[in-house]
Amino acid sequence: MFTWLLRRLFQACFVVLAMTVIVFVGVHVIGNPVDILISPEADQAERARVIAAFGLDQPLWKQYALFLNGLLHGDLGRSFVFNEPALRLIGGRMPATLELAVTAVLMSVGFGVPLGLYAGLKPNGFIGRSIMAGSILGFSLPTFWVGLMLIMVFAVTLGWLPSTGRGETGELFGLRWSFLTWDGLRHMAMPALNLSLYNISLVLRLTRAGVRETLLMDYIKFARAKGLSPARVIFVHVLKNIMIPITTVVGLELGSTIAFAVVTESVFAWPGMGKLIIDSINVLDRPVIVAYLMMIVVIFITINLVVDILYTVLDPRVRLETKA
Amino acid sequence: MSATLEVRNLRTHFHTRAGVVKAVDDVSFSVDAGQVLGLVGESGSGKSVTGFSIIGLIDPPGRLAGGSIFYRGQDLAKISEREMRSLRGNRIAMIFQDPMMTLNPVLRIDTQMIETVQAHVNVSKAEARARARDALGMVGIPSPEERLNAYPHQFSGGMRQRVAIAIALLHNPDLLIADEPTTALDMTIQAQILAEVQKLTAEHGTALIWITHDLSVIAGLADRIAVMYAGRVVETGEAADVLDHPVHPYTHGLIGSVPSRNHRGERLRQIPGMTPSLLSLAPGCAFRSRCAHATDACAQEPPVTETSPGHTARCFHPVSS
Repeated sequence: MFTWLLRRLFQACFVVLAMTVIVFVGVHVIGNPVDILISPEADQAERARVIAAFGLDQPLWKQYALFLNGLLHGDLGRSFVFNEPALRLIGGRMPATLELAVTAVLMSVGFGVPLGLYAGLKPNGFIGRSIMAGSILGFSLPTFWVGLMLIMVFAVTLGWLPSTGRGETGELFGLRWSFLTWDGLRHMAMPALNLSLYNISLVLRLTRAGVRETLLMDYIKFARAKGLSPARVIFVHVLKNIMIPITTVVGLELGSTIAFAVVTESVFAWPGMGKLIIDSINVLDRPVIVAYLMMIVVIFITINLVVDILYTVLDPRVRLETKA
Repeated sequence: MSATLEVRNLRTHFHTRAGVVKAVDDVSFSVDAGQVLGLVGESGSGKSVTGFSIIGLIDPPGRLAGGSIFYRGQDLAKISEREMRSLRGNRIAMIFQDPMMTLNPVLRIDTQMIETVQAHVNVSKAEARARARDALGMVGIPSPEERLNAYPHQFSGGMRQRVAIAIALLHNPDLLIADEPTTALDMTIQAQILAEVQKLTAEHGTALIWITHDLSVIAGLADRIAVMYAGRVVETGEAADVLDHPVHPYTHGLIGSVPSRNHRGERLRQIPGMTPSLLSLAPGCAFRSRCAHATDACAQEPPVTETSPGHTARCFHPVSS
């Protein structure tokens, strides 16, 4: 277990390093921030001064070396626009995205598993078929459209929920969180639902497929032959088996939900990382883009690690060995 | 004394899109306490479906289409699912063919055993665990206390079948249905399991229905034999009687196709043709297309005739040997 963990951490470092190269080269290809940041009226001397201040006069390899040096000291550079450390800038926005993504993923499990279970147990009933038909909508409707529809129905027409912002926040661990206040929760409801719709469909279909498959297994028939109640058979024997694929997908989806909350955050003006990154890309604020992407990589690696460890809890046949 | 189990004119049909499959069609037999009935037949002859019909685990599109299953005078075809469940795993137990598949891979052995105890008797978890441990010891699993904490994948196939047998025997059932429990095992393990089940059922006077396609397994085990073909019992009688003096041509063919030392060097006799599709079964004897003795009369439903006391066959042309 310990050697396995060490190995994984080593691999993770390598992935991060590889990612820095890709990201660094990538952002230098998409455009020159100088054109956007410096006003057209500035004279040549002013231009040269700003370029030198951002370190953009250095060759690419030297900029990269400086960046790596900073990385080792926990410094990912300063935002060109806000003149703040990029990491602090992102950190300030992170709680908003994090709580939104976690709520969305919890909702996807909370709705997806029961609905999928029902659809799997009664695949030919009217309700089972309706659930499956509904899940196709969840897959295929574009997020921004659903977001706008939610706003139209619940905020404009019915006036039940607020349509923008985080609302009142409470403080925990020195950070501001919306889920701690009733007003904050009301603000979070629609964006979280919007963000989770795709994941609900995904988890639902996965659960249904797992249930259909597991029900045919001999051990389910044997469990019934033992005289167990249907509830015990479904909630212990079936559910425990399908939790393995669901955990994998939910783990991966948590990562992509954090990374791609952009659309939902834009529609609901949710002040999270997604909105920050879109703004940063617009003005080619390189340090923020790089820092953001680095952080997403770390989040993904961490989630995958946690999922791997969860496997050993869920599936006794999986043991974390040093050999692959 | 009434039989532990008496199956009368049992019919189990599967309603598929292609038509009605009569997997079990008018099957009757009975088993007394302490007796072993061998249910023999090829794959698809309806022997497993018969077993599942008795324990009430026929899933849609299948359903009981007729007949009665008397367990101690009570018709299992008529009782509610709730009553059936209180018998299942308690008074009537079943073990399956593939021991690699019968235990839930993600649950520990103790979980799977304790839940079986607690499903039928109201005892504490510690008491249920103690019973589970004793049951494991009874079927010959070494250091049962430690093995309770193991997962199924930590056992070999033979050991898993022993665990399944221990689970089936937790409540000392009156009837045990064994659906080819040794088919998937090695020869040596097969013999051990066979001896174990025989010993345990004899000790508790459990009636045993042993479903198999392997006549050599049944020869030393069964008191009575029922031979099934295409959903029907074609011959039934005392084990020795049926094996030594088979009267139905199908039983004849079945026995002829078992390799034996007595006929070394001879070609094994085969039954020509294949088992018919149950979907398009013409009326009359289902075996007639493969039968050397068949005549036009066989297009009619053959009656059940008693060729000697306690020995019956469903055939117009019983073979004498």
